[in-house]
Amino acid sequence: MKLMLFAPELLLLLGSLLIFLFSLSDSDGKNAKNASIAVGAGAAILLFTGLNNSGDLFLGAYRVDLFSQLFKLMICLGMTAVLIFGRELKDIDLEVRPEYYLFLILSSLGLMMLVSSIELITLFVALELSSFSLYILVPMRSENHGVRSQMEAAAKYILFGVTATGIMLFGMSYLFGITGTTYFVQMVPKLAELITEPAAIAGIAMVMCGFLFKLAVFPFHFWVPDVYEGASNETTAFIASIPKLGAVAILIRVVMMAAPDGTAIVDMMVVLAICSMFYGNLSALVQTDIKRMLGFSGIAHAGFVLLGLLTFKELGYATSMYYIFGYLVMNLACFLVICKVSKSGENVTVKDLTGLHKRSPVLAFTMAVGMLALAGIPPFVGFMGKFMLLAGALKAGQLTLVILAALNTAIAIFYYLSVVKVAYCDNPEGHSDLDVDFATKALSVVLVIAIIVMGVMPTQVLAIATSAVQSIM
Amino acid sequence: MDFLILNEGGIPLLSVLIFLPLVGALIALFLPGESVSRMWALAVTSINAALSFSLYTGFDSTTYKYQFGEHISWIPAWDINYTLGVDGISLLLILLTTMIMPLCVLASWRYIEKRVKPFMICLLVMETSMIGVFAALDFVLFYVLWEAMLVPMYLLIAIWGGPRKVYASIKFFLYTLAGSVMLLVAIIALYLANAPHTFSIPMMMGQQYSSTFQLLVFGAFFLAFAIKVPMFPFHTWLPAAHVEAPTAGSVVLASILLKMGTYGFLRFCLPITPEATLTLMPYMLWLSVAGILYGGFTALAQSDMKKLIAYSSVGHMGFVTLGIFVLNTNGIEGSILQMINHGVTTGALFLCVGMIYERTHSRELASATGIGKQMPVFVTFLAFFSLSSLAFPGTNSFVGEFLILVGGFAENKIVAGAAIPGAILAAAYMLRMLQKVVWGGPNNPKITICDLNTREIVTLTPFLIFVFWIGLSPAPFLDVMHTSVAHLLDQVHAGAAASAVANILP
Repeated sequence: MKLMLFAPELLLLLGSLLIFLFSLSDSDGKNAKNASIAVGAGAAILLFTGLNNSGDLFLGAYRVDLFSQLFKLMICLGMTAVLIFGRELKDIDLEVRPEYYLFLILSSLGLMMLVSSIELITLFVALELSSFSLYILVPMRSENHGVRSQMEAAAKYILFGVTATGIMLFGMSYLFGITGTTYFVQMVPKLAELITEPAAIAGIAMVMCGFLFKLAVFPFHFWVPDVYEGASNETTAFIASIPKLGAVAILIRVVMMAAPDGTAIVDMMVVLAICSMFYGNLSALVQTDIKRMLGFSGIAHAGFVLLGLLTFKELGYATSMYYIFGYLVMNLACFLVICKVSKSGENVTVKDLTGLHKRSPVLAFTMAVGMLALAGIPPFVGFMGKFMLLAGALKAGQLTLVILAALNTAIAIFYYLSVVKVAYCDNPEGHSDLDVDFATKALSVVLVIAIIVMGVMPTQVLAIATSAVQSIM
Repeated sequence: MDFLILNEGGIPLLSVLIFLPLVGALIALFLPGESVSRMWALAVTSINAALSFSLYTGFDSTTYKYQFGEHISWIPAWDINYTLGVDGISLLLILLTTMIMPLCVLASWRYIEKRVKPFMICLLVMETSMIGVFAALDFVLFYVLWEAMLVPMYLLIAIWGGPRKVYASIKFFLYTLAGSVMLLVAIIALYLANAPHTFSIPMMMGQQYSSTFQLLVFGAFFLAFAIKVPMFPFHTWLPAAHVEAPTAGSVVLASILLKMGTYGFLRFCLPITPEATLTLMPYMLWLSVAGILYGGFTALAQSDMKKLIAYSSVGHMGFVTLGIFVLNTNGIEGSILQMINHGVTTGALFLCVGMIYERTHSRELASATGIGKQMPVFVTFLAFFSLSSLAFPGTNSFVGEFLILVGGFAENKIVAGAAIPGAILAAAYMLRMLQKVVWGGPNNPKITICDLNTREIVTLTPFLIFVFWIGLSPAPFLDVMHTSVAHLLDQVHAGAAASAVANILP
């Protein structure tokens, strides 16, 4: 049964159809919500049990291997987590809630297909499925809360997104033109001979643009702050964490095509990494809206991920995977708190966290751990990831880059710490206590434990990431 | 692995010492009530202190090798290991840590009134990382623990601190973190410069690196450690942090955290970059002298008692770095002893100020004038600790400073001579404080305050015992470090000679 390999994706597809049916009746979104959580969890279980499945589907355009299964598992887990802590959907109108779940699942489906694509057209279709779902999700916010409007955010997102995809498509045509094929398997050996050709370098660079956009690397980051601010908290939680998994997966695949003689690509990535880190961190320093702050910090983290890719080494790719998985967990921890602190779905400023430790110790602790982990303080996962990325980059001879990256860590600590400060040192006068339900508490504990365990014992994650990378090399 | 004597068969003593407080902190999360968490923290830290004695009794001072060793693979992909071991240098610092912590808990008994449980948890987590720093023999493990310590210390200052706590805590955090990020780069560079690649600290010591590389690595080390010590002019975070921190926080900061910087110099700079150490030695010596004089003069001008002691720390730690960089036996042994002495004396002085503050709610010297009449027991303690701080013969600091100056004169008479006024300055500011507190003047404020209670006497007594024990009979403390210090000096001189030869050869 070869189709069993496709079972998790099928489950998501059927789930979205089911939710579509729910949306036809006058539902308040409750059934859709429960169904979507069940679908996400079910797919995650399927993926977990079938982690070692492998095989080709659809005439060799779609490959299931450890690498893709691992990413899919994280996508499903991330989506389910967003669904669980965003259960209330305070900021989405009641009548569009089923549709909201529908497109969230479709976007995840697109991302899952993306990480399995090993053929350019499939890749493009999968990416667009995921992107267009997000373009619809962003403006689905009920009203303007006195911040940037959701419509403006959506317009920016679409315009930048379409441009990036356009460039990517153009790059694909180059690759197809010089290699005569759209299949990665056939492309890689031909590219190995042609990699010094300008057309090959341009092609690969342009294909990368599409994914650098998803990852929000400078200069493809312009959409980030506005979309983060304009979209509802739950949508931002999703956009900030999960598409980045897909982006890293495909970047690893594309970068591998440039190895081992891709010096031009390396130079490009070094510049992008430095610019991303400085731009992201310096801009984040002055933000008051936490979502915007996390947006800018995400740009800086994207720069860090590139450190692993530009080594062109198995361990480097594995470290990038480790880092992005860690980033998912850290980011979700922060967004969980944002979604819960927000009373009626409005944006959360740093001030809104005042005295959080008294209003809700669990949320304050989760926020503190998330922020310190993002800042790269041991023993959390952020530190181990940064450490290994720096070590890998230094091994590849990028001393300047590493020193600049280390400097950035010191800059970044300032704004991460300011959040912890407000949550722990200030008095919560004028702020009411927060009611936190059991599911949220449980999820907080799970995320905090994951952040610590991944940081203290990275070996297992790194080992499975390494064998995943080996499975596609 | 010939540098490590593994702790075969028996209990992994070092791991127990490191993780007992952490486990204690986790259990404390589920304990009800404030008094229970106080008792629990006291119990855990006391058990740890008792356990650490077997470290002293089981220590073999005839070998320079690291003892009670443990070696477990941690992250094989990068050859990062969980390697622990102590030698004569780290042993005393671990003992100092375990001894101080129960006294910190005692000192916070009434001082900390709100959020007692989180406070105790922070203290316990601190203990874990501090012991770990002194026991780690793997550079990544060292760095993880070194940085992990920042968070609980930050919280100690930021939550339980004084009026300007937020400013002080953020300054502390940023300064120390900014210093140590370059340390991280240096660690990775060292890893790559070794063949085969390794993060093992003892193995790094045996390698030869080029002169330029050594200077760069030394520079990165220096940034991290000089800020931690703190050496002049990197000291500006210290007075703010000390003044705003709660008593236990000040004690931990002064007694143990500052020692991590000087320990770093001894453990890493000297043996790993010997040539750079010799090259930069004059600068380090003059920086130390600058710190001694600057700390002394500034302390003389303070009216806030905590600030006074904080600035005196800058001066005292200047003596420690002076002793380290004269690079002879007397100097280094004096430094290590002075690290312990400063921990004992300054820790006790901060406790004393804390006790005044609990009674008068002020740290101003002016508001504590003449309280000696009402607190005879207290001023007796204060007098002894002040005498120790100004290195009065018969007290612990005298032995330390004497050894450092002997070492200093042997190395460079001008530098050592320049440091002498520091000792006189110390006498001036400590006696000034003592005089005011004990006798005051005709305008003594009319306040009635009670003398020390039993708990406070119990807290201060161990410090006093150590003041005289080390002062009158320093041999047991010096004996444990002889072999290790001799080996360290061998490493420095052999390393520097080897690089000199390598530089001459084409």
